Amino acid sequence: MNIASFAPLAVVLPILGAALAFLLIRHSRAQRAVSIGVLSLTLVLECLLLGSVWDGGTAAVNIGGWLPPWGITMVVDQFSSLMLVVSSAISLAVLVYATGQGMADGDHDAPVSIFHPTYLILVAGVSNAFLSGDLFNLYVGFEILLTASYVLMTLGGTGPRIRAGVTYVVVSVVSSVLFLISIAMVYGATGTVNMADLAIKLADLDGGTRTLLHVMLLVAFGIKAAVFPLSFWLPDSYPTAPAPVTAVFAGLLTKIGVYAMVRTETLLFPGDSLNTPLMVAALLTMVVGILGALAQSDIKRLLSFTLVSHIGYMVFGLAMSSVAGLGAAVFYVAHHITIQTSLFMVTGLIERRGGSSSVDRLAGLATLSPMLALLFFIPAMNMAGIPPFSGFLGKVGLIQAGIELGTPLAYALVIGGVVTSLLTLLAVARVWNRAFWRKPSDAEHPDPVLLAAPEDSDTGSRAGRKNVTLLPRTMVGSTLGLVALGVSLTVFAGPLFTVSDQAAHEMLDRSAYIQAVLGEDTQVPSMALKDGGGK
Amino acid sequence: MSINLTLLTVMGALYACGIYLILERSLTRVLLGLMLLANATNLLILATGGYAGLAPLYNKDTAAQEYSDPLPQALILTSIVISFAVTAFMLGIIYRTWVLARQDEIQDDVEDLRVAETPRFDAEDDAPIPAETSEFPLTMLGSDGGAVSDHPPTAERPEASGGFVTVGAKEIPAADAAAEEQPGSQNVTPGPEGGVK
Repeated sequence: MNIASFAPLAVVLPILGAALAFLLIRHSRAQRAVSIGVLSLTLVLECLLLGSVWDGGTAAVNIGGWLPPWGITMVVDQFSSLMLVVSSAISLAVLVYATGQGMADGDHDAPVSIFHPTYLILVAGVSNAFLSGDLFNLYVGFEILLTASYVLMTLGGTGPRIRAGVTYVVVSVVSSVLFLISIAMVYGATGTVNMADLAIKLADLDGGTRTLLHVMLLVAFGIKAAVFPLSFWLPDSYPTAPAPVTAVFAGLLTKIGVYAMVRTETLLFPGDSLNTPLMVAALLTMVVGILGALAQSDIKRLLSFTLVSHIGYMVFGLAMSSVAGLGAAVFYVAHHITIQTSLFMVTGLIERRGGSSSVDRLAGLATLSPMLALLFFIPAMNMAGIPPFSGFLGKVGLIQAGIELGTPLAYALVIGGVVTSLLTLLAVARVWNRAFWRKPSDAEHPDPVLLAAPEDSDTGSRAGRKNVTLLPRTMVGSTLGLVALGVSLTVFAGPLFTVSDQAAHEMLDRSAYIQAVLGEDTQVPSMALKDGGGK
Repeated sequence: MSINLTLLTVMGALYACGIYLILERSLTRVLLGLMLLANATNLLILATGGYAGLAPLYNKDTAAQEYSDPLPQALILTSIVISFAVTAFMLGIIYRTWVLARQDEIQDDVEDLRVAETPRFDAEDDAPIPAETSEFPLTMLGSDGGAVSDHPPTAERPEASGGFVTVGAKEIPAADAAAEEQPGSQNVTPGPEGGVK
């Protein structure tokens, strides 16, 4: 019995956990224990899955014994299992963080107790999207996680959250409708929605139809991944959600869009002629995103813009469709999920400690809480790509691949990537200088609590605010854990890069995936399509 | 693949109305637009199944060519359930918007507007270099001229001790009047978001 045949449990366990957590809605301690326990169990399972494909190999599971291409297939390969492990790890960290926040503030309000079941359903949707081997199941995975995310986004139903939630829900529903339309058209053209089967059958279509399907899928995924110009909704809607929710959304939701784009590009439409538009989109995403970040004074909004900007790096790596580029993109996705989530978690702590997330009000946090300064500094430098952190390694990988490719557009992207990296450094350095280094009296709108804080902070952790533990241990601990995970990506960058390169190689080769799903004796069409215009 | 022309026309009309409606600012209309889009898509999926045939798997003797394609119908069922859930949630949000703001409109993002309206002048980045306040002043001039020097400011303005200037109906100290005319003086406080109050 292969461990890979337990892959569906990565979806089933969180759903069962959600049901149990929903039953325990009146018992918040038991609810916390259930959700953290279930998520830890899922993480262990996914680590085992990753271990089973670490040296290569792809495994497919047919749900309910229906054979592909008719039944639902789940596929475990290096890329999907790596994404599963990273996503579950950060989900667990954020869950612990949210639990710490709940315990510190007392979550007796009715709406908040819905958090745990919804969160587990979100995790189930994410796992389903990563594991899915057919387009329609991918759509269902998207819908599961999106519906859960609607609820989390508008948690508590306050005015700003409802306002931001409306934008988010409408944009997400429109992108889902686009995805569904593409699926219908793909089915109409080929008669199948199984991705491995599609990989073979799409090659037989004529060029025009194939390009149409390709563009539609990319647009649908581009909205979810927040690729410019489809990124307008993200900085508007993310910052208003509760801190843990923003953290997990920033880490995961856009990356699932990127994951789907990678599968579309490599498995379904390899060597097709859309690499040039994708590269232009990547360049614009990077530059426009980071310029937006520089205009912000709210840390959460600033981070949302950097999130958009750094999606550009992943699309860049994908658009090169070389092993080096795709491998670097896979590494970058893993790095960016961890870093972006930890930065949003730290921002939640900053907001707690300093009473605001606006750099106009914050000041002097470095003396107030050196721990907080450390927690912000490491992932911020990591994101900006300062050596020796993993952000630097990922960017170097991308730049090397770009130079290897050698086209003028690739060079433009390399330059754009470096500029974006420097501007990211500028953006986070401004936050650092204002929020952490200057004196509280220098702030544009000094917070009276921050001005008084140095005396109060010696005696306790409440600093003038009643009934609030400013930095609960659980929250700091989980953030510290995630920052450490980000640093460990640097330490273990060697093996990780090897796996990413192997994953990229297998994805571009396609035969392992297709043969794992459809059987060993399937003929895999070669990448050079008749009229594909690939490089 | 054969296509039912009536269904196709209806689908087109639904898409057109749906797209028109989601571009409205009223939330209820946006919701109606989304519902139309979802239903149009269901019709599209149905159309991909080809012509209407017999019920599949019901009778063992039916030849495969005479079946309806069952897969699109399974897809439609799933998508109906999903759009049902999303519609219910949207209705909840619309009701909540009504309770909170008494209006059925998509509201602007305050922070977005603020950034859009911020003038190019940034209080911190673009202000003239402030007067040197350290105990070891440099002998170079600040950008507002003359304020940075080894001499105390009073030495430059002999009339500061008691001179008054009449501005309109009001007398103000000459020192303040002089300061008000200088760019970057303390009397011109920059607004919270840059610019000048």
